Formats: sequence, structure tokens, C-alpha cells
Amino acid sequence: MNYSWDWGLLFRSPHIDWLIEGFRNTVVMAVLAWFIAMSLGSLIGVMRTLDNPVAKRVGTIYVEIFRNIPLLAQLFLWYYVIPELLPAAAQKFVKRDMADPQFWTSVVGLGCYTAARVAEQVRSGIQSIPRGQRAAALAMGFSTAQVYRYVLLPIGFRTVIPSLTNDFLGVFKNSSLALTLGVMELTAAARQIEEYTFHSFEPFAAATVLYSCVTLLVITLMRVIERRTRIAGSVGSGR
Amino acid sequence: MIEVTNVSKWYQQFQVLDDCSLTIRKGEVIVICGPSGSGKSTLIKCMNGLEPFQKGEIKVDGVSVGAKGTNLPRLRSRIGMVFQNFELFPHMTVRRNIALPQVKILGRTRDEADARAVKLLERMGLPAQADKFPAQLSGGQQQRVAIARALAMDPVAMLFDEPTSALDPEMINEVLDVMVALAQDGMTMAVVTHEMGFARRVADRVVFMDQGMIVEDATKEAFFGTPRSERAQLFLSKILQH
Repeated sequence: MNYSWDWGLLFRSPHIDWLIEGFRNTVVMAVLAWFIAMSLGSLIGVMRTLDNPVAKRVGTIYVEIFRNIPLLAQLFLWYYVIPELLPAAAQKFVKRDMADPQFWTSVVGLGCYTAARVAEQVRSGIQSIPRGQRAAALAMGFSTAQVYRYVLLPIGFRTVIPSLTNDFLGVFKNSSLALTLGVMELTAAARQIEEYTFHSFEPFAAATVLYSCVTLLVITLMRVIERRTRIAGSVGSGR
Repeated sequence: MIEVTNVSKWYQQFQVLDDCSLTIRKGEVIVICGPSGSGKSTLIKCMNGLEPFQKGEIKVDGVSVGAKGTNLPRLRSRIGMVFQNFELFPHMTVRRNIALPQVKILGRTRDEADARAVKLLERMGLPAQADKFPAQLSGGQQQRVAIARALAMDPVAMLFDEPTSALDPEMINEVLDVMVALAQDGMTMAVVTHEMGFARRVADRVVFMDQGMIVEDATKEAFFGTPRSERAQLFLSKILQH
């Protein structure tokens, strides 16, 4: 292979600025989407465990829709189709006045998709708790909301921290799809450098390293949370 | 205190409670026994609305459990319940298990609730365990904490659903001792149990159930002397053999 390596190009302007901007966009987008995913996903997951048949139904429909359509198709739907269905005033805002529509559409799309996955984790976490816990909490006189707030959610979340880590990582990796809407995130930045310099190894190597750094950081963070919240005396907690 | 009137309950086609009537007066201790599947656990779970029932009426301190407008959480906070598997909240310390319901349901301050928890733990013979987690305690200790947690709510009555069935033999007595003391203090109690020694010591009445029906409801003297029903005689002869 006859390839002239030039690692220095990564640190020259404007390439370095593109990388920094791309990295920043990836992180901000993923964190915002994760915030949506955790709040919406917890709500949907809880709804699927309630006795109320309507809540259960709504939760199930949400999960089945957002889990079964490919993420790329969802992003296109959010960006190209949904705005056309909005009432006129909202349409005007989305198409003309909203700043950075590609970015925000990606955040919402990514958040709603990941929420379906989080919902399933939360549901399985709650359902893994022995039924007697719910009965005991109700028997004390807790309302349903209090039973979830003080008993079911704290136990359920602890159970699913390891599998939630996967979804948290997924948000960072999936955010690369936002480049199809024209968001200048990390993968898009690497591609742009490649297009300007005809060097493909260096920018994508840089992107790989940056993605790995973030995901390793996430894994470490989740491990710390897992260790901090571990229940004394339970399986695998030492003492 | 607790009035059960003609209660029936079905799971689909299967009838688990058949026209049960039972009155528990203030300060009375009732032991409910019978073979497994006879509906005794279901009956006491109906008393605080944990299990719905289709026919009849249950009143606790004058409040109807099954009625639509009843504030069930409020009603339940006035009835203590102790379960076969303890059901302490595993992610909270013993102290918090006892204090949290007082704070969140009764509106006591954190300090009041903690002080109450410490006092009750002393009464249960567990003064040193306040800062441990449930999984660090033995079964007998966990069950005594569960009793303390229920008592902290100042209940008007206590329901026990086979409180010693999940315990190792040597731990059964430490729990029964606490329950005997409670009965002697005048607490209104409904106890589902096979511990006939406990029944002999403190029960005012023994209720025998079979196939969803209350077959016998007698004073303990009458019950242990000569149960009227053949089914109860057979049951007693089986469990009192050893």
C-alpha cells in the first residue's frame, strides 16, 4: 500500500476545529437524547407495569412502534414527514424560525428511539421484584405513586444498571446517524476531513479514538454508580 | 373492630372464599388455621383490601373495605400486616424501613420517626441492628423488624399471614414471643398460622377453614377440647401428632 501518512493534518486548522465541533455535537446530542430517553423511558416502562389497562396499552404501543422501526427511518420521519403533519403555526416555527432544526430533530429522534429500549429495561427491572414487595408497600398505606417512588423504582433501577449501560453507549454510537440529516457530528467531521484532504485513515482513526474515549468514560461512570448503589448484604456485594 | 359479612371471592370459575363471616372485636386475638389452599391467607388479605372480593362486606373500624369511595391507603395505614416472607425493603436500612412509612404516610418528622424506630427495635430485642440492611439479618430478626415496622404506624389491628412459616425452627420462638407479648398488651390480632402452641397460649378464638369456608369458629377451649366438625378433628389429629 502506497499511502503517505500525515497525522499532523488532524491538528491543522480547520481540521482540528471540525473535529472539536463534531466531538462536541456528538456528546451534547447524546447526553440530551439520553436525558429524554431516561425520563420518557421510565414513564413508559412504569406504565407497562400498572394495573390500568389503558396505561398498559399505551406503553406497549409506544414500545412496539419505536423499537420496530429502524432508527434511520425514524430520523427521516421526524425530519421530513412529521413537520408536514403539524398545524400551520407549528409548521412555520419548525421550518423557518427554529434554530438548528437538524440538531434538535436528531436529539428528539434519538431520545424517543432509546426511550423505547429504556422502557423495556425499566419494565423488566420492576417485574423482577417479588410481588410481595408491592403488596407489603401497599399494606403499609403507600399510594401507588409512593410504592413506585420509594420501593419499586429504586430496586428495579439497581437491577438493570448493567443493561442500561448498553443503551447509554448505544446513544453515543447511534448519534452518528445524525449526519444523514446534515448534523456536523464526529463521524461527519471525519468524513469532511477525508473529502478535503483525501486522507481517510487519520480522520477516522481520530474519530475511533474519540468514540472509544467517551464510551470507556461511560462504562466507568456506570460501574461507579453500580458500586455506589449496591445493597449491602445482597448477592455479589462483598460485605 | 373487623367485621367480615358473607364474603365470597372467585378466581374466574374457581371459588376461593365461600360465604365467610367473622367478627373480631377490639383486643381479641383470632387464630385462623386450616389446610393449604383453604383460603385463610386470601381471607386476611381481603381485610385490608390487598385482595378484592366479589360478594359480601368487610368493615374495619366502621369503614367498608370494598366500597368504591373508600380511601384504601388511609385504611391500610391503620392496619398492620406481617407477611410470610418478611418483605422488608432490601435497599433501606432497618431504621429507614421503620421510619420512612411514618414520615411519608403519617407525616411525622424524621426525628420523631427515628426515635420511634429505635424504641420499637429495643422492644423487639434488636437494638444493635438499626443501621444494618435486611439481607444482613437472620430470618427471625427480619420478621421482628417487619413487626416493628407495622407497629410504628400505631395500627388499630394487626394481620399476620403465616409469620413463622418461612423461618428455621430455632427462630420461630423469637418471633412467637414477640407476638405473644403483643397479644398480652391487648392488640387486636388476626393470625394465620399452624402454630397451635401459640393458639393455645393467647388466642381468644380459633377459626378453622377448609375449601374456602369457615368450618369452625370456636373459643380455643372448645376448639382444642372437642372440635365439632369432623374435618377439624382430622386436621388437628394430623398436626398435633408430633
